[in-house]
Amino acid sequence: MAGHGEKEDSKKQRRKIKSVAKMKEIMTTYYIEAKTARETGKKVAWITSGGPVEPLIAMDVIPVYPENHGAMIGASKMGGDLCEKSEQMGYSPDLCSYACADIAAAPINGGPIGGLPEPDMLICCNNICGSVLKWYEIQARHFNAPLFILDTPISHVDFSKEAHDYVRNQIRDYIAFLEKECGKSFDYDRMNDVGRLSIEGQRLWQAVLDTTANRPSPMSAFDAFFHLALIVTLRGTQEATDYYKTLLAEMKTRIKDGIGAVENETYRLLWDNLPIWSKTKWLSEKFSSLNACLVADTYTSAWCGTMKYIDETDFLESMAQAYSRVHLNIGTDQMAETVIEMIDKYHIDGLVVHSNRSCKPYSFGQYDILDIVRKKRGVPGMVIEADMVDERSFSESQVETRIDAFMEMIGAAKPV
Amino acid sequence: MISMGIDIGSITTKAALIKDGALFATQLAHTGYNSKAAGDKIFKQLLAAADLKPSDVRRVVSTGYGRKSVSMADRNVTEITCHGVGARFLDPETRSVIDIGGQDSKVILIDKDGKVIDFAMNDKCAAGTGRFLEVMARALEVDLADFGRMSLEGENPSSISSLCTVFAESEIISLISKGEKRENIIAGIHESIGSRVMAMAGRVGIKGPVMMTGGVAKNIGVIKAFEEKIGETLRVSENAQLTGAIGAALIGA
Repeated sequence: MAGHGEKEDSKKQRRKIKSVAKMKEIMTTYYIEAKTARETGKKVAWITSGGPVEPLIAMDVIPVYPENHGAMIGASKMGGDLCEKSEQMGYSPDLCSYACADIAAAPINGGPIGGLPEPDMLICCNNICGSVLKWYEIQARHFNAPLFILDTPISHVDFSKEAHDYVRNQIRDYIAFLEKECGKSFDYDRMNDVGRLSIEGQRLWQAVLDTTANRPSPMSAFDAFFHLALIVTLRGTQEATDYYKTLLAEMKTRIKDGIGAVENETYRLLWDNLPIWSKTKWLSEKFSSLNACLVADTYTSAWCGTMKYIDETDFLESMAQAYSRVHLNIGTDQMAETVIEMIDKYHIDGLVVHSNRSCKPYSFGQYDILDIVRKKRGVPGMVIEADMVDERSFSESQVETRIDAFMEMIGAAKPV
Repeated sequence: MISMGIDIGSITTKAALIKDGALFATQLAHTGYNSKAAGDKIFKQLLAAADLKPSDVRRVVSTGYGRKSVSMADRNVTEITCHGVGARFLDPETRSVIDIGGQDSKVILIDKDGKVIDFAMNDKCAAGTGRFLEVMARALEVDLADFGRMSLEGENPSSISSLCTVFAESEIISLISKGEKRENIIAGIHESIGSRVMAMAGRVGIKGPVMMTGGVAKNIGVIKAFEEKIGETLRVSENAQLTGAIGAALIGA
């Protein structure tokens, strides 16, 4: 029996993604640099996850992501407590739990890393949701720091010239804002380099995600949730590009060696919406135990989903469209199209849809998307009602029954 | 060939024996706080009632929220799959199942073989379930068994707007204090359950013939409320409460 156990352990060891260690190292260094920015004379900007970070990198400003902080709070299972604290501060329990947890963490340096470094400025782009406006206003008041708002109109179908001009003008204002706050002029040559690195990073990230089209998939969406951090936080830097080159090479080796994220991968699923950060391990083990691998998701691919709109030779100009047409700022029909493309590309047997209590722009329209997908591809879907951060919104036995029943249903339709 | 299905629900534990493709014996018991003990107990009780030895049973399949705590089960399967199989056994024409048990409610779409095509389940809230009815019966000081009959006598169903069990209870208490007739209140409660289930029915695109299963199928008032909303007659077996256990036993056969 001991021999059997050892064999299991070595198999598990083989399935582990080795790049994880490097990623942790980069993120630790990044947070240390951000937290010691005052001492090193660097400026810190808080920025929304979908916001244009490249101009910040070009200006040597360290970008810090309250949403990434929210994810860390959720993964550390500190979300329930911080959300409760925000309710004590007078915020409604119906608000976004990223916002609530971050607002509650700020005055007490709460959360797993003892609070985020204080911002010298805040950059809020509403391409991902409307809640960020109030969230950033609150934090700008709390830290007495200047706030820049980039308003990106929703483009249900097309991106009009008016919309382009409207956003493009704001990008000019954004640069003027940065010049004022940093006390130096904007370096357009540097911006071109950063833009190129950003595009290269996005291409590499997409290439990493594309490796999951292989059977068995070398990684799962749960791995993607983790490795995503760099394309969000350090997009436009050499480090991010180098890292994704390493990760891509590892994925290719795994494919060559036949190493899958899930042993006996039989069913291939697609995840929609943000992860349930407090339950990723539980969910990952649950699906693995049913020989199901979540091979793709609409969330992590959002950071490379608008590459087609970017003009490498004129990043600033094309940025207006690229940042306006992100997954959460388009129409439901277009979102469904994206899901259908992914179903075909990654050979998906079923959809796992997280109806996220916090995230209205992401959860709105999910039932329509499920309907469209069922009609066009005959692929079934299930809904998990939960929250990305607030673990009080998760009922394990309810979710478990749904997953079990869904996999029984898929298994009956697709006998092994 | 004999197989047994054990369905451990939040309130009631059900067991069924299938012998050579036919329903052979059944048993009901309260689950209580220990679902493992409830499974052990009903296994013995049903064997005794059917005059069988444990070795006579080829396979045991457990289901229900306590499905993973049944020690003698060879396999566990969710109640959603089991209700599909059970409903097909009770009436092969069935294409949709409305199952309302103690703590959850579901609408299940099945094909001609009883295989699940799609399903919707209530969220983390007990409104519109058996437990909800229990709470309301207590507030009204009416025996739950009389709920169905009394609601049919309600001429003007009260409007119960709250979606929360606790708030609905206080709504009902305020209706009582206003002197509203119990019959009307009960009819209103049934209508509110009907509306909740209709939301799920709409989501999966319910198709007839529709069968109602689960313990709440004993309540004629709830059935009438559904029939009005769906616009067709529901099929209700005398073994409605046992559907999950029967399905489990059939899966084991």
